[in-house]
Amino acid sequence: MKKIFPILGIITLALLSYALYEALVAAPTERTMGDVQRIFYYHVPSAWTAFLLFFLNFVASIQYLVRRKPGADRVANWIVLAIAAATCIAAYVVPLPEGVEKSSVATTGIAIAGIYFLIRKLFPGERADILAVVTAEVGVVFCTIVLITGPLWARPVWGIWWAPGDIRLTSTLVLWLIYIAYLMLRKFSSGGNTALIAAVLAVFGALDVPLVYFSIWFFRTQHPQPVIGGGGSIDPRMMQVLLINWLAFMCFAYLVSWSRFRLEVLKRDVEQAQGLQELMETRAR
Amino acid sequence: MNFLYAAYAVTWIIHIGYLTTLVRRYSRLKKEIKELNRSQ
Amino acid sequence: MSVTRATLIKDLRLEWRSKDAINSMLFFSLLVVVVFSFSFDPIAEESRRIAGGLIWVAFLFASVVALNQTWARELRNQVLDAYRVSPAPANSLFIAKALGNFIFVCVLEAVMAPLFVVFYNLRALGPAYQLLIVAPLGTWALVVNGTFFAALSIRTRAREIMLPLLLFPISIPAILGMVSATTAILSGENSARFYIVLLAVYDVVFTIACLALFETILHAE
Repeated sequence: MKKIFPILGIITLALLSYALYEALVAAPTERTMGDVQRIFYYHVPSAWTAFLLFFLNFVASIQYLVRRKPGADRVANWIVLAIAAATCIAAYVVPLPEGVEKSSVATTGIAIAGIYFLIRKLFPGERADILAVVTAEVGVVFCTIVLITGPLWARPVWGIWWAPGDIRLTSTLVLWLIYIAYLMLRKFSSGGNTALIAAVLAVFGALDVPLVYFSIWFFRTQHPQPVIGGGGSIDPRMMQVLLINWLAFMCFAYLVSWSRFRLEVLKRDVEQAQGLQELMETRAR
Repeated sequence: MNFLYAAYAVTWIIHIGYLTTLVRRYSRLKKEIKELNRSQ
Repeated sequence: MSVTRATLIKDLRLEWRSKDAINSMLFFSLLVVVVFSFSFDPIAEESRRIAGGLIWVAFLFASVVALNQTWARELRNQVLDAYRVSPAPANSLFIAKALGNFIFVCVLEAVMAPLFVVFYNLRALGPAYQLLIVAPLGTWALVVNGTFFAALSIRTRAREIMLPLLLFPISIPAILGMVSATTAILSGENSARFYIVLLAVYDVVFTIACLALFETILHAE
């Protein structure tokens, strides 16, 4: 496995450079916003990557919690399958909002179930907890970038750094706060149950996110605010550049997470060895 | 225009900063392993 | 059920006898209102718009002070260990604590609210009775999660700061709901109904979550 790492590193570096060129030079200039709009090619992929990482953290936390009882594990499996099935059915039966493709909703449902079972297979036992730490940390890094590039884009284009009713940026801020709290909880926790209480916090955070979204959404309908980040359709050429950048950042996030994962495994081994050594020393005395 | 470069610069500063912390934590762990091996 | 009542009555009786916690918190609440009245000049026109936010921020800080000592007595006397081995359902303990905190914070609010009305010359332009719905819903939202996170924070260093650190981000939708509802009622400009529904949904979701997960964290070692 270790041999692949440098190769993947070089490929990722090449991808990132290519994506950077595309974003800064090759992509068409936006009509109204000008060149500043190119921040979009870093802002949006970072957001998608961060959300994916936080979703993985949520899945890993749930796995850690349900694995403590075999009965709960089986129930969770069925629930995930049911959600996937319901999403697929709903995609074709329920009328969807504008611009939302039926196939993408169904694919998302299946993908969620797929990710759940993939993680279940690949990260048994304590490794789920390590995955949780890794995805939380790397997710916070990407989320920080989203929160800084967002205002940097907003200021020259809309004249304001921040709009409290901007649903995407504010939801991202709350998500960031929740995961900073998560990391602090892990850092300050003393005792062997860190993984458990962190997993519980992750579940609370996940429950909170839709509520955050709706509360800000309604707040915005009552206090009309500028929509930072614009809505509406995207020039297909721009979409291409966006996807290239997203691919590059996903590869980068993968490598960073992998490195962090190995670091965490090493750290826990060292801690275990240190604990063992202390035990031997006290016995020898 | 400065905003554009600032945004891209900040992105990479943060990423490189994080990678630096990883490298630093790694070397610290390696040192501790050496200590452990020595005292055994 | 009886365990819940017994625990609740015990807590209330202990508080009533010692009165130290509630006295200091009452005074703290008063101080908060006074400090706010100096910081945010209460001229009639603007006061109705910002009063909602100010009141709930004040309540938030007062409840954090109250919540921080939720489990302090239990920790001092190793009661939690006794609870872990007893057959009593963990949820009874949680509900008792949450209800105790709820009553506690409601008392604080009952003291602070009239002070705010006085200092800010408040008068509700919208349906004032709705405030009696918003207040308990909002308070419960803070208290139920606060009691849970207080239990989560027990086995951490820097216990006192951990509670607000965890509580504030998670409570943001509830805070938005409380503040917007109160502002809507005071200014009469729009309906608080959606925010009341939001608060109710928030309360239901997180009460269920806390009840489902409390036993897990109580037994975590």
